[in-house]
Amino acid sequence: MNATIALILLQDGLTSGLIYGLLALSILLVFLVTRVLWVPAGDFLVLGALTLAVLRQGEVPGTVWILAGLAAVTAIVETWRAWRAGDWRGWPRLIALVVVPSAAAVLATLWLAPQNAPVPVAILLVLALVTPIGFLTYRLVFRPMVDQPTLTLMFVAVAVHYVLTGLGLTAFGSESFRSPPFLPGRLDVGFTRLSYQLLIVLAVSAALMAALGLFFGRTLWGKALRATAMQRFGARLVGIRTESMGALAFTIAALIGAVSGVLIGPMTALYYDSGFLVSLKGFVGTVMAGMASFPLSVLGALLVGLVETGASFYASPFKEAIVFGLLVPFLLWRSAVQIRTRGKGHE
Amino acid sequence: MTSLLQARGIEVRYGESEAVRGLSLAVGPGQIVTVLGPNGAGKTSLLKALMGALPCRGEIRFDGEPIHRLSLEERAEIGLSLVPEERALFGEMSVADNLELGGFLRRHEDARTRREAREEIYRLFPRLRERAGQLASTLSGGERQMLALGRALLARPRLLMLDEPSLGLAPRIVREILDAIAGLRDRGMSLLLVEQNARAALRIADYGYVIERGAVAMEGSAADLRDNPAVAATYLGGSAAG
Ligand SMILES: Nc1ncnc2c1ncn2[C@@H]1O[C@H](COP(=O)(O)OP(=O)(O)O)[C@@H](O)[C@H]1O
Ligand SMILES: [Mg+2]
Repeated sequence: MNATIALILLQDGLTSGLIYGLLALSILLVFLVTRVLWVPAGDFLVLGALTLAVLRQGEVPGTVWILAGLAAVTAIVETWRAWRAGDWRGWPRLIALVVVPSAAAVLATLWLAPQNAPVPVAILLVLALVTPIGFLTYRLVFRPMVDQPTLTLMFVAVAVHYVLTGLGLTAFGSESFRSPPFLPGRLDVGFTRLSYQLLIVLAVSAALMAALGLFFGRTLWGKALRATAMQRFGARLVGIRTESMGALAFTIAALIGAVSGVLIGPMTALYYDSGFLVSLKGFVGTVMAGMASFPLSVLGALLVGLVETGASFYASPFKEAIVFGLLVPFLLWRSAVQIRTRGKGHE
Repeated sequence: MTSLLQARGIEVRYGESEAVRGLSLAVGPGQIVTVLGPNGAGKTSLLKALMGALPCRGEIRFDGEPIHRLSLEERAEIGLSLVPEERALFGEMSVADNLELGGFLRRHEDARTRREAREEIYRLFPRLRERAGQLASTLSGGERQMLALGRALLARPRLLMLDEPSLGLAPRIVREILDAIAGLRDRGMSLLLVEQNARAALRIADYGYVIERGAVAMEGSAADLRDNPAVAATYLGGSAAG
C-alpha cells in the first residue's frame, strides 16, 4: 500500500469515525440519564439522511407523516393519561410541547419542500422534523417506564427500533438514497488532497461537540442533566424532574442523530434499515470507553471508523467481524484494570 | 399555634416489614423539632416518606394543605427540603456547581439575587469557598455535610429536614454545623432534625420526639426531654459529643 492510498483510507476512516462518534455521544447521554440502551440511534441518523435526500429531490419526505402521526398519538395518549389521573396541571404545557414544534415543522416542510428549498433550508427542515421524534418517543414510550429494570428498557428500545424501521419502509420504500455532495471534490493541501466532505464533517462534528461541551459544562440545564446522570436522588431533591431530563436527553440525542444523518447523507447509499449497524458501531465506541466518558467514547468511535476502513480495504468480507471483534480485547483489558483497581479499593 | 408540617398516622412498609407504624408529629413555624431514636427505629424512613421519596400511608399537611399526592420534586417546589443521610451530593461536580444546582428551583430569579444567595452560604461555611473549585467527592465528611446543607438552603426552603447531620463527624464540626442550624431557626426557618446524637440535638431543639420501632415512645419540649431520667439513661449516657 502506498502513502496516497493510506492517506485516503485515513480520511475515510476519520470521516466515518467522527459520525460514529456523534452517535456514541447520543447513546451515552441517553443511557446515563435514562438507563435506556439507545438502539434506535442509527435509525435517527437514517431518518435524517433519507429526509434530506428526498428534500433535495424537491419532494415532501414521508418523515412529515411519521412526525404528524406520532405527535397526534402522543397528544391523545397524554390527554387520556391526564384524564385518568384526574391531574391536568401539566397538561396545557405538555400538549403545547407535543403539538407546536411538530406542527411547525410539518407545515414548513409541506410549504417549502415542493419549492426546491435551498440546501441550508433543507437541512434546517431535517433537524426540525427529526428532533421532535426523539422527544415524542420519550413521552410516549419511555417515560411511563422509568421504574422498569434496565433489561426491559433495552428490549423496549429494540422494539422501538423495529417500529421506526417499519415506519421508514412505509415512508421511503425499499430503495437506497444518497444526497448529492454539499461540496464535491478535494482541497489540495500540498502533501495530500483532503475531501471537502471530510472537512465539512470535521468542522460540523467539532462544532457540535464543542457546543455540547459548553452546554454540559456551563449551563444550568446541562449541569442538571449531568446531575441526574450521576446522582438521581440528589437531583430530584434539588427539584430537577427526572422526566424533564429524560425528555431533554432524548431530544438532544435525536438532534445529534439528525445532524449525523445530514453529514452521512452524501457519503454512502443508505436504506430504511441501515440504522442498526450504525448504532452498533456507536455502541462499540461507548462500550470501549466503559459506558462512562464522553471524550473517550468519541475516541473509541474514531478507532472504530479507522479500523473499519482499513478492514474494508484489506479484508472486506470480515469488515464487520473485525470491528465488533475490537470489543473483545478492550473488554478484557478494562475488566483487568477494574479488578486491579477494585483490589486497591480494599486497602 | 398552627403547624407548618402536620403528619398523622404515617405508615411506611418494606414488603412485609413495617418501618414506621402510625406515627404522628408536627413542626411549628420557626421551630427546631428533633426526632431521636436508636438505629433502625424508622427515622430515615419517616423523613423520606415526608419528602415523598418513599410511598406511605397517613395524612401529611404542609401549611394546612394536604401534600400526599405530590411527588418529591413538587414537594421541593412548595418549600420542603431534605438533606439525606447519604448526602446525595453530585460527586463528580465542583462545590460551586453543586451549590448552583441547589438553586435550581430559584433559576427564574435574577442572577444577582442568586449570586448573593451563594455568597451567603460561603459566609456561613467559609470552608466551602476555599474548596469552591474542588470536586464534591474529594471533600472531607464535615465539608460534605456543609455542602449538602448549603445546597439545600439555596432553594430557600420553608421546612428543612436533616437526617443525622452529625453522623461520623468530629465533635468540633458537629458543634459548628448545629450552631449553623440553630442560626437558621433564629432567622425564621422551620427544621425537622433527626439525630442519634441526642445530647447535641436537644441542645438546640425546641421540641422532641423519641421514636422506637416506628412509633413515638415519648415526646415533649426539649428541656423536659433533657431532664427526663428515661431519656437520660438511654440516650444521654456515655460520651456523646455536643
Ligand atoms: N430499603 C429497605 N428495605 C427493607 N427494609 C428496610 C429498608 N430500609 C430500611 N429498612 C428497615 O426499616 C427499619 C427502619 O430503618 P430506618 O428508617 O433506616 O431507621 P433509622 O434511620 O432510624 O436507623 C429498619 O428495621 C430497617 O432494617
Ligand atoms: Mg437513618
